[in-house]
Amino acid sequence: MNAIEITGLMKKYKERTAVKSLNLSIEQGTCFALLGVNGAGKTTTIKMLSCLTKPTSGDAVILGKSILTEPQAVKEIANISPQETAVAPNLTVRENLELIAGIYGSEGRAAREKATRMIKEFDLSEVERQKAKTLSGGWQHRLSIAMALISEPQVLFLDEPTLGLDVLARRELWSVIEHLRGKVTIILTTHYMEEAEALSDSIGVMARGELKALGTAAELIARTGAKTFEDAFVALATGSEASA
Amino acid sequence: MKLLAFASRNRRELLRDPWNLAFGIGFPLVLLLLLSAIQANIPVSLFNIEKLAPGIAVFGLSFISLFSATLIAKDRTTSFLMRLFASPLSASDFILGYALPLLPMAILQSTVCFVVSFFLGLPVNVNVLLVLVVLIPPAILYIGIGLLAGSILTDKQVGGVCGALLTNVSAWLSGTWFDLNLVGGAFKRIAYALPFAHAVDAAKAAIAGDYASILPHLWWVIGYATVIMVIAVVAFKRKMNGDNV
Repeated sequence: MNAIEITGLMKKYKERTAVKSLNLSIEQGTCFALLGVNGAGKTTTIKMLSCLTKPTSGDAVILGKSILTEPQAVKEIANISPQETAVAPNLTVRENLELIAGIYGSEGRAAREKATRMIKEFDLSEVERQKAKTLSGGWQHRLSIAMALISEPQVLFLDEPTLGLDVLARRELWSVIEHLRGKVTIILTTHYMEEAEALSDSIGVMARGELKALGTAAELIARTGAKTFEDAFVALATGSEASA
Repeated sequence: MKLLAFASRNRRELLRDPWNLAFGIGFPLVLLLLLSAIQANIPVSLFNIEKLAPGIAVFGLSFISLFSATLIAKDRTTSFLMRLFASPLSASDFILGYALPLLPMAILQSTVCFVVSFFLGLPVNVNVLLVLVVLIPPAILYIGIGLLAGSILTDKQVGGVCGALLTNVSAWLSGTWFDLNLVGGAFKRIAYALPFAHAVDAAKAAIAGDYASILPHLWWVIGYATVIMVIAVVAFKRKMNGDNV
């Protein structure tokens, strides 16, 4: 069963077309990586799917809910970890987590229990009572992702989730994503090819607002005749796949 | 529950910023004490506490705009609002969530101002309770200005517009520092075309027990507060549904 069905999704900003008629299906419980160079249209796609930006045309249905006609219902079942760290600076780590749990409908004790679970899962206990603004960039990033997961979303948008994380923190997050596989449908954007290769069940390569290729890492390597997945990505993103 | 969770976050953010407390409560009190000290040393009645305290209370409320606008503008610049816009919070949850924590803060701010005024000679009577009620529409007006400024300006612009311009306009065109009748002319007409002088006059009337004079001034404030709030809600909703998150 598909969790996400995207049909003719397009976004124009005045003269510039950020996403051109995107058609895509993503199977439930899988991790889908959306790759592309800067300005390829990945973040705009994520913003449209998470109901942050209205598409110029087209639609996407997320677990049966249209982003055009039922955005509130989509917001109840999805969550996003934005590209930049998104935390409340004067709230502690625990308070930030309880805030998001509360906003997604968990009251009092339930919110506290969820926060405790996320603190344990993301190894945040040593900074639990620290205000978010006093945390290092890596800790803030980790908290930001934990805030996206505390609502127990059925669909999770991770926009460059490991940007700025050190190797250990990145591996820890990979482990979290691995554990979510099968339970949560994840749409991941990243600039790290090894991350896409390691985590995703399928990969889409975007360039200049268009979906240029779709498949598993192995399929894309085979299609381009490249030696590595990074070479395959370069060939697909630059349109030089025939010569690769 | 969603609204309360968000409002609680905003209350904490506001109260944990030491600058908010310093400017919101400290600065108006410093002015109150300073002007009272000047009054004690000059022969004419310029800063009579019955007239000064309501003016300072209204002036203090102008900082509420700065607090709310700064909080919203910062949320926008740090992607935090993007996270919240992707959540099930509705537009009304956002507006009320930002506005609700500010009203008790405004009432507390005014209460502190009048309690200190008691020690400076303001008579303790029931009119002080009335003035706290009379100051609610001006508080809502300033909250609305803050919501509007926070929705359309950056956090740096907010500092200039709400921190410098609004506080000065509120102070000079409200009759807090001097009697507007002394200046008269176009200055007085402009002052009374804006809501700030009416807010101060309504508060002065309440303190003086001149109950009949309260509402004619308060209607001006209520009118401005309603219009500003509607514009703020429209601006915020446009931001929420727009492409600039």
